Amino acid sequence: MPTLHMVNKSPFERNALQSCLAHALDGDGVLLFEDGVYGAIKGSSVSGDVEGKGGVKIYVLGADLGARGIESGRLIEGITVVDYPGFVDLVTSHDRSQSWL
Amino acid sequence: MAYEVNGTTVEHDEEGYLTDINEWNEAIALEIAKGQDLEMNEERWEVVNFLRNYYDEYQVAPAIRVLTKALAKTMGPEKGNNKYLYELFPYGPAKQACMIAGLPKPTGCI
Amino acid sequence: MSEAKKFLYVNRRAPYGTIYALESLEVVLIGAAFDQDVSLAFIDDGVFQIAKGQDTKSLGVKNFSPTYRALGDYGVTKLYVEKESLAERGLTEDDLMPIIYEDENDNFAEKPSLIFVDRAEMAKMMSEQDIVLSF
Repeated sequence: MPTLHMVNKSPFERNALQSCLAHALDGDGVLLFEDGVYGAIKGSSVSGDVEGKGGVKIYVLGADLGARGIESGRLIEGITVVDYPGFVDLVTSHDRSQSWL
Repeated sequence: MAYEVNGTTVEHDEEGYLTDINEWNEAIALEIAKGQDLEMNEERWEVVNFLRNYYDEYQVAPAIRVLTKALAKTMGPEKGNNKYLYELFPYGPAKQACMIAGLPKPTGCI
Repeated sequence: MSEAKKFLYVNRRAPYGTIYALESLEVVLIGAAFDQDVSLAFIDDGVFQIAKGQDTKSLGVKNFSPTYRALGDYGVTKLYVEKESLAERGLTEDDLMPIIYEDENDNFAEKPSLIFVDRAEMAKMMSEQDIVLSF
């Protein structure tokens, strides 16, 4: 019964990503979009939290990365970039969606 | 928009609910009831006072099913039912009784 | 009627700085009319919503904290509170309002609505919902 967690806040401004990761279960997915994509950058003060959730798959919305000038080479290892149809696929392939505002 | 009672004016919204609950008094209640073509007898006062007490305790006007349940518990099933309340307040206890009690329209009331 | 769905309202914001807490409470009250299986979760700053002793007189805004005590009348009787979120904020269970409901199926016995769970239990409870609404 996997959940898709959705995070749209910068982890450097709010604790939405940290709280999300603390409540995500193995098999769940986390989609980072809007300012949430800043949580996907490697070498930050929160990237360790993201890398530490081995059983949770992390996705990031490509359009929001591009808008913010974040190239894919700067992303944490193992993160999957998705487009808008991919976003929709994620929503439909999980049992529920949960937003972390 | 305002009610005129004993020379004072009390603001209300476009539906007739008081703008400021703290301005309520019994004279205003009688004035609102008059506008609804309702005479304030003992039974109607009982419901209005119950609503005011509920709001004072919980800061919310109860939904109709919450009101009937609470009335049934404190005053018995003969008063805690829809038929009794609609006989007292034909256009809906939530609408009319809350308005007379000076409370906001109940949350979720359509 | 179709089977009741499990609805969870997740509260993560403190009460007066933003409109989230009040909006959540109003949606819960309205949604209660639909007779679903409703739970509330209080995590992160959301635990401040049910802190005791709230007094907004000087602020000039409505103190809606008493309304949480009316939730039982609306059939909303499961308020999950995360222990870690309390501890992180220097709070204990005694810093929260007592919230109870009357169990109609048990001669109106008064029972506590607050259910204190740790983070792992909270995560599991969230994963068992049909619909999760976040505020």
